Amino acid sequence: MEVPILKQGAVLIATFQAALSDADLNQLRSALVQQVVRFRSRGVIVDVTAMDVMDSFASRTLREIAHMIRLRGAETVIVGIQPEVAFAMVQLGLTLEGVATALDLEEGLAYLNQKFKTTK
Amino acid sequence: MAKRDESSELLRELVAHLRQNRTQLREEWVGRISETRLLTAMTKEEIFAEATSVYDSYVEALETETFEALQAYARNLSERIIPRGVETHEVVGIVLLLRDVLARSLFAKYQTDFKKLNRILDAYEPAANRIANTVAVGFVQERERVIRQQQEAIRELSTPVLQVRERLLILPIIGVIDPQRARQLTEQLLRGIRTNRAKVVVIDITGVAAMDVTVANHLVQTVEASRLLGATVIVTGLSPEIAQTLVTIGVDLGKMNTVGDLQGGIEQAERLLGYKVAALAEPS
Repeated sequence: MEVPILKQGAVLIATFQAALSDADLNQLRSALVQQVVRFRSRGVIVDVTAMDVMDSFASRTLREIAHMIRLRGAETVIVGIQPEVAFAMVQLGLTLEGVATALDLEEGLAYLNQKFKTTK
Repeated sequence: MAKRDESSELLRELVAHLRQNRTQLREEWVGRISETRLLTAMTKEEIFAEATSVYDSYVEALETETFEALQAYARNLSERIIPRGVETHEVVGIVLLLRDVLARSLFAKYQTDFKKLNRILDAYEPAANRIANTVAVGFVQERERVIRQQQEAIRELSTPVLQVRERLLILPIIGVIDPQRARQLTEQLLRGIRTNRAKVVVIDITGVAAMDVTVANHLVQTVEASRLLGATVIVTGLSPEIAQTLVTIGVDLGKMNTVGDLQGGIEQAERLLGYKVAALAEPS
């Protein structure tokens, strides 16, 4: 199942649907980096609102996405982690360290806009 | 097979007798209840009304030899009388009294036919015991349910999540935190962050005397989970003992934002949110 990636100005928005396989996650990682290069995006938002469980592979892939995109000079924000999912994640030690997070899409965009201003 | 038919027939005879003498037996029972000073929390009229329901349910259970209706009634009754302060021994007491009153009436009726009396009691006793059991267990289960509910309410009330500014929540923790309360606290906070769209949370633990390693870890996890929802946590009011615990378990203090007291914590939170507090002109 391919994750849709939308373009909003200098920002790319990838919205997870529930239950992504490992292959889907790998595919997303490649697609996002390619699109960042193609559109010269400055920011990426990964919206995981629909995810009701986060395992270690998904968590690692999200961190890899953030690192790879940073190598292209762009910033990644993960948004929409649900309270129950956040709780389960920290208990498993999956803290998404080094990756910016925000409550939802609106907050994610506000964060990126703020970042763009300070790194102009 | 024959024994079972005979038993059922005897029960039918028994039930008929109980129905026929309903008024008189019920009155006798209510009399015994006040004699033994049970159900003092209820008025005479209430006792009479409940006694009627219990008597009828009792007889019905004997007749149908099923106990689900009785169980449901017992729970329902318990729900009503527990808030009135009725105790377990009272409920068990009155059911046993009814059992005695009915047994005595059987002795009286069959006193000339000892053999028949024996057979009737063979049918009556197991059913009567099962009824007493059902009612008592129903009552106790309802009590336990109420206690659990009250404990849950106390836990929630004792840890309010308060919004003091747009995007700023305060969580004052007071008292003893056990792992269960810590978990409940975290869940409440995360829900609060989402509902109030908080960007900063100040967790004040001035009122917490001590914290064991498990709970300290819970605190760290709460901070991390809050970050995943895009909120920064400031912890204030750490006592020297708790500071010691945190250092001992090797908490990465880079991950935890701490400030001395609640006032300082709120001031820092306001700075993070871009607020500046300035005094107005002197009041006249």
